[in-house]
Amino acid sequence: MNVPRFWRRIPNRYNLIGTKCENCNTCYFPPRSVCPPCRRKGVIREYQFEGSGKVITHTTIYSAPEGFSKMTPYVLAIVELDEGPRLTAQIVCDPSEVKIGMRVKSVFRKLGEDGPDGVIYYGTKFIPA
Amino acid sequence: MRDVAIVGIGCTKFGEMWDKSFRDLFIEAGLMALEDAGMSGADVEALYGGNMSSGVFIEQEHVGALIADYSGLISNSVPSTRVEAACASGGLALRSGIIAVASEYHDIVISAGIEKMTDVGPEKAMDALAAASDREWEAALGATFPGLYAMMARAHMDEFGTTREQLAQVAVKNHYHGSMNPKAQFRNTITIDAVISSPLVADPLRLFDCSPITDGAAAVILVPAERAREFTDTPIYVKAAAQASDTISLHDRRSLTSIDATRIAADRAFKTARLQRSNIDVAEVHDCFTIAEIMAIEDLAFFEKGRGGPATLAGETAIGGKIPINTSGGLKACGHPVGATGIKQAVEIVEQLRGTAGKRQVEGAEVGLTHNVGGTGGTVVVHILAR
Repeated sequence: MNVPRFWRRIPNRYNLIGTKCENCNTCYFPPRSVCPPCRRKGVIREYQFEGSGKVITHTTIYSAPEGFSKMTPYVLAIVELDEGPRLTAQIVCDPSEVKIGMRVKSVFRKLGEDGPDGVIYYGTKFIPA
Repeated sequence: MRDVAIVGIGCTKFGEMWDKSFRDLFIEAGLMALEDAGMSGADVEALYGGNMSSGVFIEQEHVGALIADYSGLISNSVPSTRVEAACASGGLALRSGIIAVASEYHDIVISAGIEKMTDVGPEKAMDALAAASDREWEAALGATFPGLYAMMARAHMDEFGTTREQLAQVAVKNHYHGSMNPKAQFRNTITIDAVISSPLVADPLRLFDCSPITDGAAAVILVPAERAREFTDTPIYVKAAAQASDTISLHDRRSLTSIDATRIAADRAFKTARLQRSNIDVAEVHDCFTIAEIMAIEDLAFFEKGRGGPATLAGETAIGGKIPINTSGGLKACGHPVGATGIKQAVEIVEQLRGTAGKRQVEGAEVGLTHNVGGTGGTVVVHILAR
């Protein structure tokens, strides 16, 4: 991913800032600028998530894409935040440790890098709570 | 709207076709389909080509024109349209062609699908496929396609008790079917042990749970049903062409153990066709991973939710079983040239309904179904075809 494409989502990626529709009180992460149920009636504001949630499902990646191959095996999960939305994230733990229903909390971590001279990507991962 | 029939089919051999280019593949499939319909290229009024990622795979876009040009259809200036919906590109090209004929916009249409995947290395191919997920909020965080389906598999195992052996049996059965298909990429049979001892890709999915990287092309010729007998003695009629969309990301879905777009597209298709699930004699479903076939046969309502695994292990989805699934070998053994898959599924069902499927023939098959999924379920296309 090139620099501006990653950079424009830094607040969301670093600090778990998503959006909330104040018309129906639904929270969104990843952020959405259109609330699907309310559409044009929706009132979208930035929303800071607490960072607590639970694992809905998980896998351990052994065959990784470019940029992630040094990290294998790593745990990937769908996490449901306490405020409602679900997101895809890595869980920083041993593959044998992760379980469906496990409580997790967000942490700021290095995600990867674009080769030896490229950008270092940071973002949100989760650890067992 | 008028009824539509398939009067010609063509399909290349699927596999790693080092000696064949993108152009060679679509020309071969297209000519085979015209030959089969006893038709000349000059009769063709429009072309729809399913292709997911020629830009990455062969650094070539604008392949609608390229296909028309190198197929010799430029003399008629035929409208040629590339259709893209990731792995459902072929299914969408078929549905687009059907709509063009049904609406009386065109009389004779070719719907084709093509993917040339082996002109890039496996890492680049994997990255091209990852583009079918949400690049910013799935792939950029380390998700791979096997990883996303592995998370569905984990949830399905947790909710319904689906076992590792049941998943493996999907691959074993599809390799057995593929062994009888001269066009299949893999014609070897495998065992459950071989699947569950193959290398882990994304736990619980292993290498033999995954469909391969494949080159191939397929084409069908569509005409108004009332004209079908001009071209063939065995027209196959389109009873329904249904499509549904869902969220691009897996994490935003209502369920992780069911693909809602499959359920909805299937309901729409059966309603249009005025048929029941029990009328289907044979089906080609989207088994990009073993778990995908188990979810497909449940979401298409051939089996109750949670019964897909046990039914597969009991042989109910093999040729000779209650409802033979993926007689071509499926994506797993026949191969998965992503943009071509949806058309190849229709080619296989036409062979079955014509009674020309050779060793893998389902006796007396009269009605068949195809099910083509884009990404993790963001797009689903279901077709019902009948003799």
